[in-house]
Amino acid sequence: MKIHLILNGTPREMKVAPDRRVVDLLREDLGLTGVKEGCGSGECGTCTILVDGEARLSCLLLAAQLDGCRLTTIEGLAQDGRLHPVQQAFIDQGAVQCGYCTPGMILAAVDLLNRQPHPTREAIRVALSGNLCRCTGYQMIVDAVETAARRMREGEDA
Amino acid sequence: MTQVLIPTSLPELWSALREQPSAHLYAGGTDLLVKRRAGLLDPAILIHLGRIDALRGVTADDDGLRLGAGCTHRELLEDAQVRAVLPVLTQALQTLGSPPIRAMGTLGGNLCTASPAGDTLPPLYVLDAEVELWSAGGERRLLLRDFILGPGRTALQSGEILAAVRVRRAPHGSVQHFEKVGLRNALACSLVSLAALVQTNPAGRVKHAAFAWGSVGPTVIRVPEVERHLIGQPLSLSVLSEAAVLARRAVAPIDDLRADADYRRQVAGNLLLRLAETGSAPER
Repeated sequence: MKIHLILNGTPREMKVAPDRRVVDLLREDLGLTGVKEGCGSGECGTCTILVDGEARLSCLLLAAQLDGCRLTTIEGLAQDGRLHPVQQAFIDQGAVQCGYCTPGMILAAVDLLNRQPHPTREAIRVALSGNLCRCTGYQMIVDAVETAARRMREGEDA
Repeated sequence: MTQVLIPTSLPELWSALREQPSAHLYAGGTDLLVKRRAGLLDPAILIHLGRIDALRGVTADDDGLRLGAGCTHRELLEDAQVRAVLPVLTQALQTLGSPPIRAMGTLGGNLCTASPAGDTLPPLYVLDAEVELWSAGGERRLLLRDFILGPGRTALQSGEILAAVRVRRAPHGSVQHFEKVGLRNALACSLVSLAALVQTNPAGRVKHAAFAWGSVGPTVIRVPEVERHLIGQPLSLSVLSEAAVLARRAVAPIDDLRADADYRRQVAGNLLLRLAETGSAPER
């Protein structure tokens, strides 16, 4: 079937198998390997992408469901060569260890900050509770999201 | 290859179901697509229900709330009417899966999956919820407890869908309580869960009690002898301890990879004791 979508800001028309998992479509067919696959059953969050701005698990979506949607993967988060504030904060706070959970963590955090610009640490923990980091580097990840939230608010004030 | 149909209206859905009566229906995909991936089912045709507006939304009237089966768990959690009227459901939804699962999974999907561990089931059992089943030929209503027939089995007939859940308002001053025991805080399948709806008189004596346990039987379990035992009694630790003995006798848990039956039986009773803390101070 043919689907239309906006992928990382670019309108695309694609011929897809309707039952192709979105994680496979993105990684195998489009080479967007920033999308990771962990459990393949919705329990780890590494395959998180943004669909119409909200975090979704690409292992539990079929290609046919994307028709008419706007998709953002980690590859599409930087704008005009500048990292998204959440990406920059992950670097600055040392929130990346092996890096496998990082794209999903960052996109889940972007979703949170879009909806809730002033999250408490507890709200950050809850919002990221569907994303597992097997290096267990959670403290720095929460620090990074707090830092990004502050910078994004200050950026708006400036 | 599996064909995927995405109707955007009820007429489109009915015609898809007429042409493809063996199609599997799904909404959030958080259960069906996992089973498909695990090789437990291989449907030739899937129908995705996520784009039918008539299945969404929460509406209120004098009697209670009508919850569209297509509402995601997150939509229900964020709904002010659900929070105000059905706190026991809100408490359960907060423990369901994880944020992305709650953003994708739907109420209708959780009910039609009919897992004894489904987190929305115990709250809706104590609230005596009704389900609206729609087909091309019309509508019928069933009590949720008559809709769920067994693990993974419902009363849905071919060509029929779950369209909405209707819940009456609990009497003013009722205590609504949900607790789930899992192996971790997020992304935990319940080992045992308990939903409670308890109404007391001004003296703190129980007028009405409804309890429903998850994950300790083939379906959600209500125990009438526990409910009867509490009538006229205060929600004290000693009264609840007596009720806990009855509850442990009545539940029918199994051993599985998450916990053994004896542990589940013990916890099923223990969860009642929490009402001594949360249930003793209703609005007077």
